[in-house]
Amino acid sequence: MANPKRRFSAARRDTRRSQWKLKAPGLSICPQCKQHKLPHRVCENCGYYGKKEVVEV
Amino acid sequence: MRHRVADKKLGRTYEHKKALLSNMAISLFRHERIETTLAKAKLLRVKAERMITWAKRGGLANIRLLEGALLHNKDTVGKLVKVIAPRYKDRQGGYTRIMKLRNRKGDNALIAIIELVDRVKKEKKVKKEGKEAVAEVKDAKKTEVTKK
Ligand SMILES: [Zn+2]
Repeated sequence: MANPKRRFSAARRDTRRSQWKLKAPGLSICPQCKQHKLPHRVCENCGYYGKKEVVEV
Repeated sequence: MRHRVADKKLGRTYEHKKALLSNMAISLFRHERIETTLAKAKLLRVKAERMITWAKRGGLANIRLLEGALLHNKDTVGKLVKVIAPRYKDRQGGYTRIMKLRNRKGDNALIAIIELVDRVKKEKKVKKEGKEAVAEVKDAKKTEVTKK
């Protein structure tokens, strides 16, 4: 069976994992309530989508 | 090759998916706005818009197509033909609107609203101010007492 030839050091493992990063979500500002919101979503704070109210909060 | 297969399966058999979309179409026409996952909303849009087109064309053949598509739900077919179709007389397609809402807790599915454009909005309960509100609360309490 195929097996690793060499021991894989913790440093190599950790170097690889040092690239695992979280990205901040791209946010837009609600034109109605000026709060941050995800783009192309109904605003969870005020329930507006663009200029129209869509859902009650 | 998975060429020219745009239709999503939704993890269901063909019959299951067909029934699901029929049920959802009935709900959409009845309530004019429903909340569902984005994937389902997008599939429903295709079916629902086609049904509105049938309703606009009218005639026996189209009515029968509608009855088949809407599980022989006569109330919904009636509303579609008599109320919804005339509303879209001058609109060339694009009868529905999909808006993304949020990710559902539990499975993180993106939830969306699908609604008929130009839908009749339900009247909002307007908050009454001051004395009027107080008087109303008193009246409500009185009726409660009388009921008891
Ligand atoms: Zn807002």
